[in-house]
Parts: sequence; C-alpha cells; structure tokens
Amino acid sequence: MADINTINKDFVDLFEQGKELLENGSSDHMNETREKAIVQFQELGVPTRANENYKYTNLIPAFDHPYNVNLRYMEVDTDLNDIFQCDVPELDTNMVLLTNGWYYGNNKVLTELPKGVIVCGVQEASVKYPEIFNAHYGKYAKPDEDGIVALNTALAKDGLFIYVPKGVVIERPIQVVNLLRSDRDLMATQRNLFVIEENAQVKIIVCDHTLTHHKYLSNSVTEVNVAPNAVFDLYTLQNQHLNSVILNSTFIRQDKHSNVLTTTISLYGGTIRNNHHVLLDGEHCENNTYGMYLMDNKQHVDNFTSIDHAKPNCLSNEHFKGVMDGEATAAFAGRINVRRDAQKTLAYQSNNNLLLSDDAQINSKPQLIIEADDVKCSHGATVGQMDEDALFYLRARGIDEKEARQMLMFAFAHEIIEKIRVEPLKDRIDALVDTRLRGEISKCNTCAIACKN
Amino acid sequence: MLSIKNLHVSIDGKEILKGINLEIKAGEVHAIMGPNGAGKSTLAAVLAGRDLYEVTEGEITFQGMNILDMAPEDRAKEGIFLGFQYPIEIPGVSTVNFMKTAVNEHRKHKGLDPLTASDFLKLMRDKKALVEIDSKLTNRSVNEGFSGGEKKKNEIFQMAMLEPKLAILDETDSGLDIDALRVVAKGVNKLKTADNATIIITHYQRLLDYIVPDVVHVLFDGQIVKTAGKELALELEEKGYDWIKEEKGK
Repeated sequence: MADINTINKDFVDLFEQGKELLENGSSDHMNETREKAIVQFQELGVPTRANENYKYTNLIPAFDHPYNVNLRYMEVDTDLNDIFQCDVPELDTNMVLLTNGWYYGNNKVLTELPKGVIVCGVQEASVKYPEIFNAHYGKYAKPDEDGIVALNTALAKDGLFIYVPKGVVIERPIQVVNLLRSDRDLMATQRNLFVIEENAQVKIIVCDHTLTHHKYLSNSVTEVNVAPNAVFDLYTLQNQHLNSVILNSTFIRQDKHSNVLTTTISLYGGTIRNNHHVLLDGEHCENNTYGMYLMDNKQHVDNFTSIDHAKPNCLSNEHFKGVMDGEATAAFAGRINVRRDAQKTLAYQSNNNLLLSDDAQINSKPQLIIEADDVKCSHGATVGQMDEDALFYLRARGIDEKEARQMLMFAFAHEIIEKIRVEPLKDRIDALVDTRLRGEISKCNTCAIACKN
Repeated sequence: MLSIKNLHVSIDGKEILKGINLEIKAGEVHAIMGPNGAGKSTLAAVLAGRDLYEVTEGEITFQGMNILDMAPEDRAKEGIFLGFQYPIEIPGVSTVNFMKTAVNEHRKHKGLDPLTASDFLKLMRDKKALVEIDSKLTNRSVNEGFSGGEKKKNEIFQMAMLEPKLAILDETDSGLDIDALRVVAKGVNKLKTADNATIIITHYQRLLDYIVPDVVHVLFDGQIVKTAGKELALELEEKGYDWIKEEKGK
C-alpha cells in the first residue's frame, strides 16, 4: 500500500506533467485559480484521519489505486441521449448529461429555457461568459481548508455551468445526470458553478450514477451563489455501485432574503463523503439542509456539514436521517457557526439514526459555535433500534413482521422525503426508498430517477 | 371460542399469572376487573402474542387452535383484537396506509382480493361514522399527537375496521372523559353480534354501565378469584378490592 506522501506526490507530478492539457481550453482565470490550488494541495494533501474533519473516513484506500485520469474530453461512442430517457411520467425536467465529469458534447439543446438562461460546460463558460464566470468561479469553495477541494480546483477542467438571470423563474427542474462510464478504472474531477441572480428561481436535480462496473473515484466541487430574494433547490441522488468512491463538496453562498433547500439522498455507494458548506451572507436568509442515507453491506457515508450564520436574522434548518444495516458505517458532523453580529439567528439541527444490525456504526457530532448572544439554536442526535412497541402494535393488527418493519423504516425516512418541493420527485424517491429498504437495489445501475438503460 | 387452562406467565423470571382458567363463548361479554398489578394487562398482552412474556405452563385455545405458538399477526388474522391501554404513536405511518395494509392482510388470509381504493375509502367512511371519529384524525399519522380520548376512539375505529371475533379491550376507559366513554361504549355495543365476544379489562365499574357484561371476573395476584354476574361489578365499586384481598388472605 502506498503511503499518503506518495499519493500526494503522484498528483503533483500529474499536475506538472499534464499542465499543457490542463490549461488548454480553460480561461486564464481558471488556470490562475488552478495554479494557486496546486500550491494549497501541496500543503494540505489528501486528508488523512489525523485531520479531525476526516476522522471517520479513511480516504487512503480510496486514493491508493492506479486510476485513469482524463485531462481532456473523451468522445462518447454512443448517443447518451438515447440511453437516457427519463420515464417518470410526471417528472418533466430539462435534462442535462455529464459523462465522467465532463459536459456531454451531444447534449440536446435546451430550447424551452427562458431567455438569458445559460446551461453549458464550465470550460465553455469560462471562455464565453468571462464576466459572470470570473465574478463567481473559485469565490466560494475553500481549497485552502480541504485538500480534496484544492485537488479538484487544481485538476478541474469541466463540469456544469448554470446561470439564471435576474427575475427569471425556471419552472421545470433542471435534471443533471452525472454518468460514470468507462472501460477502465477512473478518477473523475468535476467542477460545477451555479449562479442564481436576484429574484430568480431554479430547482436542480442531480443524479449520480455508475454505468459500468469499474472502480471509480469521483471528486466533485459545486459552487453556488444565490443572490437576494432568489430561491434555489438542489436535490442530489447518489446511487452508485460498491466499488465507487464519491467525494462531493458543495459550497453555497446566500444573499439576503434568499431561500435554499438542499436534500442529499445517499441510496447506494461504496464510500460517500459529502461536504456541505453554507454561508448565510445577508439578512433574512432561509436555509434548509436535509439528508438521508440508507446503507448496508460495508458501505460508508460521511456527511460533513457547516452552516455559517454571518449575518443577523437568518433561519437554518438542518436534518439528516440514516438507516444502517449490515456492517455499514456512517458519520455525521454538523457545524453551526453563529458569528458575533448574527443576532436573532434561528438555527436548528438534528441527526437521527436507526441501526438495524449489531455491526452497523454511526458517529454523530454536532458542533455549535455561537458568538452572538441573542440567538435560538438547538441540536440533537439520536441513535436507536426499531421501536419494539410500535412493531408489536402493527403486528397486533395483522401486519406481518417484515411488512411492519418496512412500514416503520419507511416512516422514519419519509420525514426527509416529504420536504422535497418537487411533487413527482417526492413520489419517485418514496418508491425508490421503499424498494431500497426492502433490501433490493433499485435495478443495479439504472438511473436513480428510473431512466431506461 | 376462547379457552384458557391453567395459564402461568412470567416476565424476567417473575411469575405474574399463576394459573388462569377462563372460558368465553361467542356472543358473550366478559369483564375482568382487579386492582393494579393483578396481571390484567399481562393477560391481554399474552392473548395478543406479545413476546416479552414467557408462558411457563398451561394452554390457550382459540376456536380450537392452540395459539401459543402463533405470531401476533396470525392471531390477529384469526380474529383476536387487542385494544391497547396505551396506543402507540407511529409518526410517519398514515392511519389510512396502516388500516389499508391491515385490512388487506386480513382479506388475504380469508382468500379475498384486496379492496379497491374506492371500496376501502367507503369502508373507512362507514366505520368512522360508526365510532364518531373525526376525519382529521384518520388523515394524520397513527395516533400522533392524539389526545388520550382520541387514541381510545382510534382503537375502537380499528376494531370496527377489522371486525374481530374476540376483542380484548385493555382499560379502554382509563383517562376517558364521560363523553368519550359514551362514544367508545356505543361503538363497542354496535359492533357486538351473536358471533363475536368481548373481554373488557377495567379497574372501574363505570364503563360497565354502558357495556353490560354477562360475566364479571376478579383477577387478583395472578389468579381469577371470583366470577359472578354483572352485579359483582357494582359490589366492587362500592366496597373496593380490599374485601377480596381479605377473603383471599384467609
């Protein structure tokens, strides 16, 4: 097994050797950001368990593998538009495909988007829309605090760019399908940037999944800026195979009177690490950060969250729930920071876990740092088994034990699902979770929102 | 219908029921009264199949079947219904979904097809009217945030939906105001037929003003120490349980 220094050095070498490919096609701004990031990465490296924030997730086995890395866009031999046709009847979305972290070259043109909306690859945006791009790219992510964010920033070539101009409401959600598809083991780096201007609204549904059975390491970073009075929803469905490692870092900045809801649902995957950072940077923001994880086998999920109340009068609700079976392990860290002048802050957090086996494990760590004196904050973490009294109550009405357990697990998970603000998506996820809790995988690798495969 | 012979039951090695004998026929209403800690609720739970308790001796036959080895759900489908003393709140499980699953399990057991959505809703409507339960309650999660009286009404509603052969109502009257008590009693009386039987477990006689029992038993210290007609309930109300204790002590 390689030690961490070798792994880190390999990435720095890759950067140096691949520099020409990395810089090619990216704007100067992107490349300048890249240069800074590789220096930051050299200092930080891939985080190890010695890093308090990565205490419960060992990334060394994930990184210690000879992955292929594509520093340029690889043509796809089949038309992915044909493979992916969403068959959820009521879920009418604008669909965008990405393959191995790159904006898919043959994406259908989204003709029905309101005027001024931009949906394209990050590389393209960096060149075509420098005014918007340079004002936001690299402004919210923190490569100086986390080695994998630095690594992403250094290696980032492409990803999804979405721009919603002032006052525009996109009614149909934008559905982003991230495909990992390769004939070799692959490390993918994806960098997304979503810019939601004043009083605009958009809902984005992101479905990650693996199409082939190779080992994948996906390191993605998403930056979002939500301007005053804007409304933004981000739903992330993680449904990969057991050989995949998903590192997903999201940085959201909210301006005054904005409203954001994110729901991260981890249905299946080998190792999943979600870093979720929210900065409430204007008064009267509302932030809702929800998550759910259903893990069994030896799956591992780690949700690391940070909600930073920088301005007064904001509200944040955070709720993560997990159902753990087999030898699965999970971690939850919830940091809430209330800065000194963020008076009248309301910040609520809870993490509830249902353990179905003796070998499943959860580490839950709330962390409240409160520097203001007129705030309401609460946090709570629970870890428990199935409620035997409730189970007996259901069985005493003639419902067999297996079904009764299923009903109780589903009810537990549903509390997160019901917060989703897209009705057909809610129904679809209800169905997926129901299937998943019955111990079935939602058809090996098919789309988490049931695309035809 | 139900025959209990020499039933001994323990929990954590402590004997709670010490040789219960009871015979109940179709069409009968039996009241089981007794002081706190006599073993009334244990008897109810054991009949429904709660596995916290260990049956160390004796037998229970229901309609000719030995039910001791049967799972709670199988007993329920054969027609045993336990009205809980403390109905459980189950957040996230809607009453509609709960009842639909339960009713259809019962139907499957009888070889019937599941009810269609509209037939099911009609059944719900009819039974809700029968027990005077508010529609708002059945639209919510099972018992969640219900008052004590609402929970008890919900038990009778479920009983109406499932039409059991043997209903065991464990202190259904405890904590009920007089209006709720009348509603609950009315529901039970309406559901009574010549083919089913009811066991009413209660500490007080008041419920028995509304549901008139054929037989009253006194359970004391794990045994049935007295069995008589409905007048026994009045006697207990008047004199309390001390005279039983004294009589037993002799």
